[in-house]
Amino acid sequence: MEKNKLSLRGKNVLGLEDFSPEEIRLVLDTAKEMKNIIHRDIKKVPTLRGKSIVTLFYEPSTRTRTSFELAGKYLGADVVNITAGSSSIVKGESLRDTLYTIEAMGVDAIVMRHKAEGAAEYASRVVSPVILNAGDGAHAHPSQGLLNLFTIEEHKGHLEGLKVAIIGDVLHSRVARSDIYGMRKMGMEVHIAGPKTLLPRFLYEEPGIVVHERIEDAIANADVIEVLRIQLERMKGGLFPTTREYARIFGLNDTRLKLAKDDVLILHPGPMNKGWEISPFTAYGKNSAIQEEVQNGVAVRMALFTLVLTGGKQA
Amino acid sequence: MKILLKGGRVINPATNFDETADVLVEDGRIVKIGAGIEDKADEVYNVAGKVVTPGLIDLHVHLREPGQEAKEDFASGSKAAAAGGFTTICTMPNTKPVVDSAALVRSLKMRAQEAACVNVEIIGAVTKGQEGKELAEVGDMIEAGAVAFSDDGHFDANAKVMLNAFDYLHTFDKVIINHEEEPTLVDEGVMNEGHRSAMLGLKGRPSVAEDIAVARDVLLAEYAGARVHVAHISTARSVDIVRQAKKRGVKVTAEATPQHLTMTEECVNLFDTSTKINPPLRAAKDCEAILEGLKDGTIDAIVTDHSPHAQEEKDREYIYAPSGFPGLETSLGIMLTDLYHEQKLDLPLIISKMSYEPAKVFGLEAGKLNEGSQADITVIDPELEWTVDEKEFYTKGSHSPFVGRKLKGKAVLTMVKGKVVMQDGKILD
Repeated sequence: MEKNKLSLRGKNVLGLEDFSPEEIRLVLDTAKEMKNIIHRDIKKVPTLRGKSIVTLFYEPSTRTRTSFELAGKYLGADVVNITAGSSSIVKGESLRDTLYTIEAMGVDAIVMRHKAEGAAEYASRVVSPVILNAGDGAHAHPSQGLLNLFTIEEHKGHLEGLKVAIIGDVLHSRVARSDIYGMRKMGMEVHIAGPKTLLPRFLYEEPGIVVHERIEDAIANADVIEVLRIQLERMKGGLFPTTREYARIFGLNDTRLKLAKDDVLILHPGPMNKGWEISPFTAYGKNSAIQEEVQNGVAVRMALFTLVLTGGKQA
Repeated sequence: MKILLKGGRVINPATNFDETADVLVEDGRIVKIGAGIEDKADEVYNVAGKVVTPGLIDLHVHLREPGQEAKEDFASGSKAAAAGGFTTICTMPNTKPVVDSAALVRSLKMRAQEAACVNVEIIGAVTKGQEGKELAEVGDMIEAGAVAFSDDGHFDANAKVMLNAFDYLHTFDKVIINHEEEPTLVDEGVMNEGHRSAMLGLKGRPSVAEDIAVARDVLLAEYAGARVHVAHISTARSVDIVRQAKKRGVKVTAEATPQHLTMTEECVNLFDTSTKINPPLRAAKDCEAILEGLKDGTIDAIVTDHSPHAQEEKDREYIYAPSGFPGLETSLGIMLTDLYHEQKLDLPLIISKMSYEPAKVFGLEAGKLNEGSQADITVIDPELEWTVDEKEFYTKGSHSPFVGRKLKGKAVLTMVKGKVVMQDGKILD
C-alpha cells in the first residue's frame, strides 16, 4: 500500500509546519488503531518494549504530560518524568547540559514542554533522541493540533471542506498556530477571531486563513468551533477590559452557538475559563467533544511514539 | 620611517579625489599624494588594483570593557577592528560599571593606549548609570576626552531628562546618540512585529516603537537647537522622519548597519540566535528605505553595532539569548558584496559613509587622506573572495549571521598612525 512507503521513523515532532498532508494522514490513521488499544481491558502492547522516553516539562501541565506518559506506558515503553521544579534546572543548568545528561542515559525520545519558542527545535539540534514538542511558548503544540484533527474527523467523517472557527486568545496560543498549519494542510477552511488585542497584528498576511475581529463572523455556519484558552498568566493586563465584558462580547454562549451549523463540534484544548470564554452549557452540551479530546490525545500520542520510534511496524 | 603605497586607486571623500596615485607616509603622517612618487621609502607596498582609503571609522562598537571581558576587551576588539579595516572605533558606555564619569573615561583612554592596536574613542553615558534619570557629568567627561554621549542599549523614556541633556550638551556642541525604541511598545519583543513573528509565536518589537522614538528625539533636538544622532536606524518611516527633519535644518544625523541594510525578518528562525538584534531585522521595504537614505544623504554613516557575546550566552533558547553579534570583521565585506558588487551603491559613497562622514558626525580629526593628515589608512581589495569563518575571527564574540557567507571584497592592509597593524587579514604585533 502507498502509505507503507511513508515513514516517520526518527522524525522530530516540532510543529505541523514540518508535516506533509500525507504524514498527517498517516498519524491520524495510526491513531485510529491505537484508540482500540485504549478500549481494551488490558491496555498494554509490546510495541515499544525496551524503549525509554523522558518527559521534560519546564511548564506546568496536567493533561499533556499525563497523556504522553500513558501513551508511552500503554505501548510498553519505560517513561520517566522530569519537571523543572524538581531537577537540576533549578540550580541553573543550561538547557544544553540538561539535554546532554538525558541523552547520556540512553533515552530514545524526549517529550518537551518549554516556555521558550523554539526550545524543542534547539533540543533537536543538540541531542540525538527524537524530540516531541509538547508545547514551546506560543509557537507550536503539534500533538494537540493532531488530536484536534483526529477528533474532528471522528465526528465528521472527513476534514476537507469543513469550516472551522478558532476563537479567543490567538496571540498567546501555540495550539492556534499548530491548528492553522494542520487544518489548512488537510483542506479545511480556517477562520480566526477574537478581540484585535488578542490577535497577532500581521496574522492576516498568512495565506489561506481569514481573520475576523467579531467572533460572530467566524462562527457563522461553522462546522467546528475551537475556543482557545485566554492565557491570563502570559498577559500583563490591559488586553481587554474585564472578563465580564469579554464574556458578553467575545464569549462562546448558547446564543452565538446558534449562528453555527446545528451539528457544530465544540473543541477546547483546556484548561477552560468556564463561564466567560465558554459557557458551561456549551462546554458540556451535546455538541461538545472536549472530554473526548482528552482520550483522543492519548491515542494520537501513541501513534506518534509508534511512528517516530518504530516507523509503524507492529512489534 | 617612510612608507610608500604605490599604484592604488586612491579615494579621498573629503576632496572628492578618486584617482590612481601613490601615497607617501612619513613619521605617522601623510606627506604626499600623487602620481609617480619617486621618494625612497623604508617600506614600499605595491597596491595596484587595490583601493586606498581613509582608515575606516566605526561610530558604534561595544568593546565591553570594563566588566564584561568574557564577551570582548580592548585587545580582542581592536584586533577585530584592524582585521576589518577600521582604524578608529568608538566604544559604547553600557559596560559594568557604566562609563559615566571622567575617571572612567580617562582609565579607558589609558587602556586603549596599552591594549588597543587601533584608535579607540570613548562615548560617555548621557545619564548616571544610564538610568535615564539624572544627567551624568558630561562636561567633565568631555574634558577627559569623551567624544559623544549615549545611553545606547535602551531608550531614555523620560522626555524631560532628554530635553535637559540636549540643552546641556548644546553648550559643548557634542552629539547625543540615541537607541530609538520606545520601551513600552518593545516590552519583551525579540524580533520585528510582522507576519513572521505572528507565525513563529515570538513576541514582536513593532516598527512604530522606533518611529515614535525618532520623532520625539528629532523634535526635542529641534526645540533645543541641539544635535542628535539616530543609532542603527531600521525602519522606513524613521528614515523619512530624519529626511524631513534635515530638510528643516534640524541638527540630526543617522547611522545604519550592514545587517539592517541586507537582512530581513525572514532570516529569523527559532534555533539561530545570531539573528536576534536590537532594533530587530525588519522588512524588505525598510532595507530599501535605508539604501535610499544612504544615497540621498539622510543617513550619514555605516556602523557595525559590533555587539559580541560569549559563546555560551548566545547558545541557548532564542528568547533568552542576548541581542547582538560581532560585526567588525564582516562589515566591509558585506557592504562590498551586497551593495557595491550588486551595483546598489558606488565605492566612493560606501567609503565616505565608513570614514569621512562618520568622522564629521562626532567631530573627529580623522577620515581624510589629505597631505598632513594622520596616516590612518585602509587598503581594500574589492575583488578578493573569501568565506566568513568564525574560527578566524579576532573578536571573542560568536554567532554572526554572516558565518559561512562567501564574500567579495576585504581590507588587506590597515595602517594606524603610520604603522601597519594588519596585512592580508593577519594582525601584526
